[in-house]
Amino acid sequence: MTTPPVGADTEDTGRFPAVELDTPAGAPAPDYLRDGHGVWSWLYTTDHKRIAIMFYVVVLLMLFTGGVFALALRVELLTPRRTVMDAMTYNRMFTLHGVTMVWMFLIPSIPTVFGNFVLPIQLGARDLAFPRLNLASFYIYVTGIVITVAGMLAGGTDTGWTFYTPYSDSSPTRVVPVVAGIFVLGISSIMTGINFIATTHMLRAPGLTWRRVPLFTWAIYGTSIIMVLATPVLGLALALVGIDHGLHLGIFDPAVGGDPVLFQHLFWFYSHPAVYIMILPAMGVISELVPTFAHRRPSSYVAIAISTLGIALVGFLTWGHHMFVAGISELDAVIFGALSMFVAVFSAIKVFTWVATLYKGQIQLRTPLLYFFAFLFLFVFGGMTGVAVATQSLDIHWHDTYFVVAHFHFIMVGGSVTGFLAAAHYWFPKMFGRHYSERFGLLAATAVLLGFVLTFLPQFLLGNMGMPRRYYSYPDRFQWLHVLSTGGSFLLAGAILLALLNLLLALRWGRRAEANPWFSRGFEWLTPSPPPKHNFEVPPHLDYSPNDYTLSEEDARDRAFTR
Amino acid sequence: MTVPSLGEQYSGYARQEETLRFGMWIFLASESLLFGGLFALYAAYRGMYTADFDEAVRHNTLVYGTVNTYILLTSSLTVALSVWAIRRERARLAVGLLLATVALGCGFLVLKTLEYIEHWREGALPGPFYHWAEHPTFGANRFFTLYWLMTGLHALHVTAGLVVLLWLAARAQRRRYTAAHHTTLEMGTLYWHLIDVVWIFLWPILYLI
Repeated sequence: MTTPPVGADTEDTGRFPAVELDTPAGAPAPDYLRDGHGVWSWLYTTDHKRIAIMFYVVVLLMLFTGGVFALALRVELLTPRRTVMDAMTYNRMFTLHGVTMVWMFLIPSIPTVFGNFVLPIQLGARDLAFPRLNLASFYIYVTGIVITVAGMLAGGTDTGWTFYTPYSDSSPTRVVPVVAGIFVLGISSIMTGINFIATTHMLRAPGLTWRRVPLFTWAIYGTSIIMVLATPVLGLALALVGIDHGLHLGIFDPAVGGDPVLFQHLFWFYSHPAVYIMILPAMGVISELVPTFAHRRPSSYVAIAISTLGIALVGFLTWGHHMFVAGISELDAVIFGALSMFVAVFSAIKVFTWVATLYKGQIQLRTPLLYFFAFLFLFVFGGMTGVAVATQSLDIHWHDTYFVVAHFHFIMVGGSVTGFLAAAHYWFPKMFGRHYSERFGLLAATAVLLGFVLTFLPQFLLGNMGMPRRYYSYPDRFQWLHVLSTGGSFLLAGAILLALLNLLLALRWGRRAEANPWFSRGFEWLTPSPPPKHNFEVPPHLDYSPNDYTLSEEDARDRAFTR
Repeated sequence: MTVPSLGEQYSGYARQEETLRFGMWIFLASESLLFGGLFALYAAYRGMYTADFDEAVRHNTLVYGTVNTYILLTSSLTVALSVWAIRRERARLAVGLLLATVALGCGFLVLKTLEYIEHWREGALPGPFYHWAEHPTFGANRFFTLYWLMTGLHALHVTAGLVVLLWLAARAQRRRYTAAHHTTLEMGTLYWHLIDVVWIFLWPILYLI
């Protein structure tokens, strides 16, 4: 905080106060990693870049935890009957896998790590609008994890991540601490969302009109709207489940006149848009890296930006497609089904725009672009099956089978995790000032795609053959598909570990990265790698498009900094 | 005269204060949806148990609800006047108005508690604790379950609002707000208005119609 002189005028001069530097005049400012030493300089920091790194560490820990649960599940499913754990443990395990992956990894992953790090820089701002709120969001996130993990250690819960009533009211397991933890995680989500929206509206650099806002920032902005408007409804629904479990008010219990379907409405009012909280940021990453590696303006900036908002909006109106067999009316089902298909229209606009951007581009095949190719295949496959399950007549056959499990893993893992890994590689040089090994990066990306397809393609077949989700035992004829899927899951886990290990080693031994190693025109590449504490040594003037490849790098830099 | 600190990411106070107010409005939108879920539940259950809900609404003591509405609306006036006073550099008046708002908020809670005690006596309690002999129906049970949840959540917000108002009054007493800089005060009053607005919707659906 800069304390202005007493009686400072309140007018907005459009000029920033001079940054006070500890370094001698003329020397460049130290980067954010070196500006301040010791543990406390991290734990008390309000620098969005350091907070992003703290989120990064915890988010990866959660990916690891959720991944271990997933592998345990896959090992258990190797044989038709008991393999390593009893049925109750299995039920708890799939619940914990879902809860950990959805609320502690997928939802915060790209926004809190890369959104936090990149969004202010892309806007030419020095920080987010509310830096202390950002830090508070991190600690509330950690608190939510601690509460949920405490519940897990005390025995966990067996309701599935959806907490459907009336079972969740009466389950003998620890429902209350788990839902309480998720409630707290939701508060963190809302705080981060408010921060991103306010920053995008208020802290854009001079010249940066809405038509020039980078596409990743557009995606995070759309995501934040969903976070702010949908999360409180989830918080309420889960709080009611917690109250019901503790006090047996029977809010959703038919035994005392309650209606369990109402819980499903409230739950999916959040949890369907939550899918877009997971996938929109990944789409934002893709929209950023495709023009960079094709060295070409996106074939339509407006189409990508508008379809982002379209998905955010329509995403609020599709929740009923989770309830086709829950007793909603025929008319509702038809409307929800049709609205759900609009999401596919907007997604297709994005996919075609990305692919058209590659056409006649100067393509550099780097690891992030390979993740884009994986994303393209997996997301289109997942999306097409999404249209299929949004069709009522088909959904009745596939409902609650492995077909649905495979479908949403194609979107969540195939879409979001590849997006996350693409971002981790794409912005790695910016975040840490080093290059990772491209060879191992490409290898890991290929293995991720293969492992993923091997894990989840058999599950489409299983579901179509009638294998219900969440079942502990199954007929012998399904075994070969389960074995394939388990094999794939270990390949996938190994591939993700390899990718992350490659990045981890590069932190220390990687080649030094220059400011703009990908020759992008994106605004975040104008600043040194890693950026100084205030992001830009001179506040930039961003009156050109971040995808304008008709400008040379030098011209872009001149336009940004010479006034 | 005190001047608040200016965040290094802002080009000036005007921008900082505008951003704070903007952030507050987004937060209020988020808060509204928290209540929105309960209103949706109310609508659904009222559709299922129309007659029982009508009966239960008629039973609720109109006087409590209406007097409390007057109290909250008046408190919204006093809290808005406190901003008016600060804009005219009348900090003492502003402190007085904030404390008056706190007093009115406490009055609301006292009346609410009296009403809760009455419900407790007759057994109009939520869920399994419900044992009101006059209306032993599922529908009346649903109504009072929701009644306690909605007014309970609202009362929690009132309590949080009172804490905020006391903090604002303490800061105003230390002359932290000036005609030029009083955004925090404005944000606090916006929160209090939200509490008021929520009640304006609770009052008709629980007492009037």
